[in-house]
Amino acid sequence: MKKFLLKGILHDRGRSLLPVIVVATGAMLTVLLYSWLTGVMGESLEMSSNFMTGDVKVTTRAYAADADQFPNDLAILDSDLLVEELRKVEPSVDWVSRIRFGALADFPDSAGETRGQGPVAGWAIDLFTEGSQEAQRFNLAASIIRGTLPDKPGECLISEDLAARFDVEPGEEFTLFGTTMEGGFSFTNFIVAGTVRFGSAGLDRGAVVIDLNDARNAFAMQGATGEILGYLPETYFDEEEAEAVKAKLNARWTASEDEFAPVAQTLRDMPGMGDLLDYTKSISGFMIFIFVSAMTIVLWNGGLLGGLRRYTEFGVRIALGEDNGHIYRSLLWEALMIGTIGSVIGTTIGVVIATSLNIHGIDISGMMKNATMLMPSIVRPAVDSVIYYIGFIPGVFSMVLGNALAGAGIYKRETARLFNELEV
Amino acid sequence: MENNKIVLLEGVCKRFPAGKTEFTALNNISLSFGKGEFAGLVGPSGSGKTTLLNIIGSLDTPSEGTADVLGKRINLLSHKEAAQLRNYGIGFIFQTYNLLPVYSVYDNVEFALLLQKMSSEARKKAVMEALEWVGLTDKVKSRPSMLSGGECQRVAIARAIVKKPQLVLADEPSANLDSKNSHHIVQTMKRINKELGTTFIFSTHDEKVMQYLDRIIYLKDGMVDKDEIVNK
Repeated sequence: MKKFLLKGILHDRGRSLLPVIVVATGAMLTVLLYSWLTGVMGESLEMSSNFMTGDVKVTTRAYAADADQFPNDLAILDSDLLVEELRKVEPSVDWVSRIRFGALADFPDSAGETRGQGPVAGWAIDLFTEGSQEAQRFNLAASIIRGTLPDKPGECLISEDLAARFDVEPGEEFTLFGTTMEGGFSFTNFIVAGTVRFGSAGLDRGAVVIDLNDARNAFAMQGATGEILGYLPETYFDEEEAEAVKAKLNARWTASEDEFAPVAQTLRDMPGMGDLLDYTKSISGFMIFIFVSAMTIVLWNGGLLGGLRRYTEFGVRIALGEDNGHIYRSLLWEALMIGTIGSVIGTTIGVVIATSLNIHGIDISGMMKNATMLMPSIVRPAVDSVIYYIGFIPGVFSMVLGNALAGAGIYKRETARLFNELEV
Repeated sequence: MENNKIVLLEGVCKRFPAGKTEFTALNNISLSFGKGEFAGLVGPSGSGKTTLLNIIGSLDTPSEGTADVLGKRINLLSHKEAAQLRNYGIGFIFQTYNLLPVYSVYDNVEFALLLQKMSSEARKKAVMEALEWVGLTDKVKSRPSMLSGGECQRVAIARAIVKKPQLVLADEPSANLDSKNSHHIVQTMKRINKELGTTFIFSTHDEKVMQYLDRIIYLKDGMVDKDEIVNK
């Protein structure tokens, strides 16, 4: 019987062509939208984790309360000891110290007079310790536009946009005006080793990257650090694991009432990140719901029209001794077959397009000029195992559901009218 | 059921609602058909021929009286049981052939057997045998759109007899055919009737068909007007 139904599907274009087109289109769009959104969200999360939050972040409680202001006066003292402790408690996590700072960059002319000044957002990371992953995390080597990576203390990287704004060349010296940990005035000279473009408008407007020890010297933070970030071994953020690490660490520190006692937070706890994570998680379910609903309505109508077109066929089949339930089940089988064929076609097309876009990427820097959100300028759809099956969910489900709704009319067919109906 | 009687109707009435009143399509019909009969229901339009075929074919039930077909009381059958009775015991031939247009001649004839869950070998043998009866073995791969009206009706006959039913019901089978084809298909059915012992009940007002019938039942206003044996 299944072979008979398959023959009908293949020979009768009116039965299969429109549904296959609808299902294939829906499956393709589902694959593309899923891979696009997960790609953009995933890269955005990864970028946030690498630059801002880590998977787990340890600060003092007081610092955590005003974290968006980078209050280095509330930094962790004797931070190296805490890092050692963290490495013992959670050895699988890569713990790194960082200092975030806001400062004013002063670029002098040849006479030493101020040529231009501008605010900068600074990152102090471990650039020189052997085995440090920080340069890779910031993707520094690939982000260099001009010059080189810093290879000695006193050298730094500035964003290409900042350099262009003040006409700065690698090798030039500038002064960074900031505040010390105690609130005093700080000014330190740095040499621009190179310029970078991270691919995120938020970062590229005015970033300065210096070595951690240089920052400690500049801001009188010897032995201290603003933040200790922990990176889990997984490439992408593993929320469950991060929450476990956070719970384990906080359990050690809850007894203390000191506002300078450490506290652990995950990426989710950072401003705006919880919503982004929830959105990323719910997006596939939401998309599938939208596609299933829209496609079911289309296929339901298609099924009703098909039912009218095949009215005689169903009548003959009833007369030949097929009961209504059997016809209904055969319609569902047909829907399953058409849904599968359409889903295979749509998924194949979707995967090919997503893979191609993943390789080439799409440059959205034009749209991100004034964005404050940390997003890469070139976005790529995610190509993961999910895209091979996610299109089948709306594809097959909506086809079967549409036909189940449309085919229910078969039970209303009155056999007593068959001779009359079939002899029109 | 009486000896050798495969259809036994006792006091069958069929009434349909017509506004606030009822229209009586069949009124106290008592008839029986034996195995191997070649009988026709004849009468003007509205005389009840199709309604009677509906009841005998388990497509409808009487409002009153009893109808026993192949040992089953039609009044008491569920939809599924009625379908089962049609599937195994009754073949249908329609005036407009009603072949499935997207399938080949072979597939159309085979369809009735698919419902019986026969093995593919047994199905193939039965289908080829049925097509041989109607002289269409050279058209197995053709689609209905490639056949003439006469050939389509012969496919319909093959479809009706392929499962070797005891009873075939044919509603105006020659109405859409020319004279030559009408004779041809009725002769084919007559041959099947004689050689396989299949009972045929026609509804017709075609003289060309009537001349082949062994028994003619004249219906008028839902009642049996005359029941005569003509070609004993």
